[in-house]
Amino acid sequence: MASFFTTRLFFISFALVVIAATLPLYVSGYVLGLLTVAFYFGVFAMAWDLLFGFAGEVNFGPTFLIGVGAYTAGILNAQFGWSVYACIVLGALASVIAGLVLALPALRVRGPYFGLTTLVAVLMLQNFIVVFADLTGGEIGLTIPDVISINAGVNYWIALGFMTISAAILYGLSQSPIGLVLQASGQDPVQAGALGFNIVKHKLAAFIVSAFFSGLSGALLVFYFGTASVGTVVDVAVGVNVIVSAVLGGRRTVLGAALGAIFLIVAGEFLRPTGELATFIVSAVALLVVLFFPGGFLGAALSREARS
Amino acid sequence: MRAFQILIDGFAISALYALGATGFTLIFGVSGVLNLSHGAIMVAAAVAAWAAASILNVGTYAGALIGVGVALLTSFATYFAVVKPIQDSRRIPNEEKEIFVLTGTLLWGIMIQEVIAYFFTNNAKTVLPIVEGVVEILGVRTPRNEIFTAIVCCFVIALLWLLVNRTRTGKAVLAASMNPRGVTLLGLELTNIYVVVWAIYGILAGIAGVLLGMFLGVSSYSVGPLTASAFSIVVLGGLGSVSGSLIAAFVVGYLETLTAYLISPAYRTIPALLLLVFVMYIRPQGLLGRR
Repeated sequence: MASFFTTRLFFISFALVVIAATLPLYVSGYVLGLLTVAFYFGVFAMAWDLLFGFAGEVNFGPTFLIGVGAYTAGILNAQFGWSVYACIVLGALASVIAGLVLALPALRVRGPYFGLTTLVAVLMLQNFIVVFADLTGGEIGLTIPDVISINAGVNYWIALGFMTISAAILYGLSQSPIGLVLQASGQDPVQAGALGFNIVKHKLAAFIVSAFFSGLSGALLVFYFGTASVGTVVDVAVGVNVIVSAVLGGRRTVLGAALGAIFLIVAGEFLRPTGELATFIVSAVALLVVLFFPGGFLGAALSREARS
Repeated sequence: MRAFQILIDGFAISALYALGATGFTLIFGVSGVLNLSHGAIMVAAAVAAWAAASILNVGTYAGALIGVGVALLTSFATYFAVVKPIQDSRRIPNEEKEIFVLTGTLLWGIMIQEVIAYFFTNNAKTVLPIVEGVVEILGVRTPRNEIFTAIVCCFVIALLWLLVNRTRTGKAVLAASMNPRGVTLLGLELTNIYVVVWAIYGILAGIAGVLLGMFLGVSSYSVGPLTASAFSIVVLGGLGSVSGSLIAAFVVGYLETLTAYLISPAYRTIPALLLLVFVMYIRPQGLLGRR
């Protein structure tokens, strides 16, 4: 692990974070707002990559975990008037519990069946939110009275700090012995089990860690937006964006997922003048990357470095 | 009275679901591909039929044919531009091809959806029905179009059964779904079989899409829900099992109709989702699944 601090990857990441931290001094609030959302999205994508890239489980419902965290925090704040920080912590906890509830039946099944179970969880949550509109605000969304801060710079620093810490923990976890066991159980569960590792326990742990960071990030995002709605934190389309970010940035790299998310959000904004074609262009670029650079941005960069 | 209404409406919906899901499960059974652009292909067929009939005024029959033709072309494009390159790619490890096909077809579906939205807007479109008017069955006023939909669906599924079980090509397709390597050893080109399957799939999805457009109407927003419903029906029935999908389509179709009539249309999809979770828990391979 100590050797990591001398690698090129560490220096590049460190330099990027330092540069990013100074951005509020010379860019507009508009750019900061965009990047704040992108950073929270980056955490979604990294949490997803831990589950897919390492545990080998295709989670089609990242927004189930995100949505539970976001809505728990939002409802506790808007309906019961709890303080922002208590709401964020409880949101993350609720997401962990939701992750457990989802993981226990879902881990019994594999491959596409697992994917569908997680997809169904999202659809159920979506139905639940619409049916219990009194509590959740229904299709219109929930307006949240409190925010963490109204200063764009402070919000930006919180998001950046949160993403950096999450990235450090998730990346560290993925490179640790636990990450290796996860990777082994994702590639060949029978053999990994035969070597004496408790696969279910490891996958469950991965699920919980993924749920914790998704829920925490979802709760923070809600207090940044000041609103929780199906369209921003639960919809399947949001989940698709998370998956596309992780695959674009490079699966099994964790850090690449964050890069992919930032790219996706910023590209979407740059393409806004093209109007309705923006989504088309982003999808087309993502498809080309999937077809021609299956390793993603970071995957391609790392393999080039390994070759030279 | 109401019981008959549920019986009739439920049958038409279920038959439509069955037709949509059959092609989806056929592709999975033969080539192991879950095509997440399924909904987009169905909507493309319906919108093409609508545009041909309403804008170019070619008439309802020609419009429906154009719709099916567009679905066939889109299906081939999906196979040759997205699925085949991923399957043939050397840079993607074999055990990860499944997720790449899922991601690739998902993105492809979004692209089709956006193109449709760009050229034809997001508004819902109803394809002009081939048969019009209303007829009374068992005291229920039923649109003739609904009966037509049910008959065409059943007819096409029967035709598919004959094709798969009674023709040489069909037997090759069936063999490929059982043991791809065995088929190549017998001197059949696997790629040709895949092309045949994607052609069958395109036609099935096209017919289902056009009928759906006549029966309920479609918009580019229907893409996601259509894919999700086909996916759940196919998993409920057991991936790769055509008869399982047929049973599952009727279970889901009737469950949705019952909920919509007896409880509230707002809860329409919930019981089917609950059933799906329940079946996954006690029988993860689906009703008639093989693995």
